[in-house]
Amino acid sequence: MAQMMYRDAVRSTIFEAMEQDDRVVVLGEDVVGGMGTAGGPEAIGGIWSTSTGFYDRFGPDRVIDTPISESAIVGAAGGLALAGKKPVAELMFADFIGVSLDQIWNQIAKFRYMFGGKSTCPAIIRMAYGAGFNAAAQHSQSVHQFLTAMPGLKVVMPSTPEDVRGLLREALRGDDPVIFLEHKALYGVTGEVPDGDYTIPFGHARLARAGQDLTLVATGLMVGRCEVAADTLAKDGIGCDVIDLRTTSPLDEEAVLDSIEVTGRLVVVDEAPQRCSLATDIAALAAQKAFASLKAPVEMVCAPHSPVPFAAELEREYLPSADKIEAAARKALAWR
Amino acid sequence: MQLSREQMLQAYRRMKVIREFEERLHVDIATGAIAGFTHLYCGQEAVAVGVCEHLDVEDKIVSTHRGHGHCLAKGCDVEGMMKEIWGSREGLCKGKGGSMHIADTDVGMLGANGIVGAGAPIAVGAALAAKLDGKGKVAITFSGDGACNQGTTFEAMNLAVVTKAPCVFVFENNHYSEHTGFDYAVGTQKDIASRAEAFGMQVWRADGTDFFAVHDTMRELLDYVRAGNGPAAVEFDTERFFGHFEGDPQRYRGEGELDRIRATRDCLKNFRKNVVSAKLLTDSDLDEIDAAVLDQIEAAVAAAKAAERPTAADVLTDVYVTY
Repeated sequence: MAQMMYRDAVRSTIFEAMEQDDRVVVLGEDVVGGMGTAGGPEAIGGIWSTSTGFYDRFGPDRVIDTPISESAIVGAAGGLALAGKKPVAELMFADFIGVSLDQIWNQIAKFRYMFGGKSTCPAIIRMAYGAGFNAAAQHSQSVHQFLTAMPGLKVVMPSTPEDVRGLLREALRGDDPVIFLEHKALYGVTGEVPDGDYTIPFGHARLARAGQDLTLVATGLMVGRCEVAADTLAKDGIGCDVIDLRTTSPLDEEAVLDSIEVTGRLVVVDEAPQRCSLATDIAALAAQKAFASLKAPVEMVCAPHSPVPFAAELEREYLPSADKIEAAARKALAWR
Repeated sequence: MQLSREQMLQAYRRMKVIREFEERLHVDIATGAIAGFTHLYCGQEAVAVGVCEHLDVEDKIVSTHRGHGHCLAKGCDVEGMMKEIWGSREGLCKGKGGSMHIADTDVGMLGANGIVGAGAPIAVGAALAAKLDGKGKVAITFSGDGACNQGTTFEAMNLAVVTKAPCVFVFENNHYSEHTGFDYAVGTQKDIASRAEAFGMQVWRADGTDFFAVHDTMRELLDYVRAGNGPAAVEFDTERFFGHFEGDPQRYRGEGELDRIRATRDCLKNFRKNVVSAKLLTDSDLDEIDAAVLDQIEAAVAAAKAAERPTAADVLTDVYVTY
């Protein structure tokens, strides 16, 4: 076991894959940084420090610093993948899916199906998402709900450095297109990372806390907030399952349903607005497949139906907090 | 450079296959036997064949919604394509793709594409893969005068120049983007190649209804790109013999326009005239091919009609490699 920061888990896992497999190629805006400047290549090394040192080690053909052209980045990743490479493309901010959506949604997600299963498109599109940095409406969003709704994509939302390494390895070794969502507020978080070449299969949730009274379901940054709420509730003798979904596509339905069968009470936490969200998706799952187990209405703690605001007070209000999660949990527990 | 007799016969045969494949589709769509949206390439055969005769299976192409010609020229199986367009599970894409999404990565055909302008970035990616492999292979994106107005095309051209990717932007100017004229929609009011030039590429221009002009131009262009000089672009002036889609009433055409372009700008007629008058091939050489191709298409249609239909269980296969 070693201590590792979330961003270093991203960086080291890609670096190792590039060492092991010469098909792995990195591309994106400023993944090298400093190209064409007095500072020269690696003057930046990737704005999230997730590709620092790659250019010096692997050179310009495998570490491709692109202009600001998100459609071309994702499209080129698709072309590289169809041509037998394993591209890891970076969209600097998840919000930029807007300017590259056709290539994500109509192209890489669908190649295999449209082409009758004859081709594979193992493109990984990494992107930093999430609020908490006063980055306002166009640099703070959670976009997993859109991408999860797209058949053909796998959507990964790691919440710990350990999971980053295991899930990213799984993505790199698979043959499907993967959206890898990295929460900006987690990049600086340090956690224990097992030694060895482990992978974590997609569609297998992680039980972050175990309890008998209530089920909390979350992803990414929200997992930690659920843990805080669960620890507070534990002081009152209330035990919570905290289920970290890890991947929203595929979805570990069984983990959610098994927990509800025991607890009968469900709170879903989602950093995106509630309408047509992951939260409503999980609530529908419970209603459809665990109706007889439910002892209380499903509670959802989501972002409000607004763009992400700028001012600190507003953004604090926007994000689901541990307090709000605790309140929703107590409401679910108080039902009858 | 003079082509051999075999090369000329092969080129003619490939153009003729595209022509007859689509003339037959036109009939079978009109009767309702074939469903869906179909965009015919007829009239532009000299471009697809003149380009693809220079490629092998390791060179990649990315095509458009008007992609049958590119697919056939790159080596996609005629019967497999016919079955696909008829929606059979024996089709090249198991009936999942249809006319607008035919692909065969085994022959370097990375897909027709229903989204205008979407192919160019994909081709740049394939070109970057070729550059990494260092074997002198290229990736080609076919675009029309419609796609030349899409931002994706601009992004792709710039990315290709910046990365010196061995990517070729083939612009087929058939004077119509869907139902709108080139003179209106292409703001430069000039040509498409000059746009590529503005991105820093070396460009070529040629008559896209003249197979030999296309073939000669592409030889020169591909020598340049395969030598590691980065991307290049070419604009071929060509003609679209049918509407934007099958069923298009084509009210935008000028009086007698279709008869005129069929009479004077038909790449197959022009090919025949050139090679026969130069005594390179005889009419009977070409007539023999014409008859064989008609038989081939007839057989493909018969096979497509008899081919197995997909079942409900096929809907959920091939969404992912692993689930």
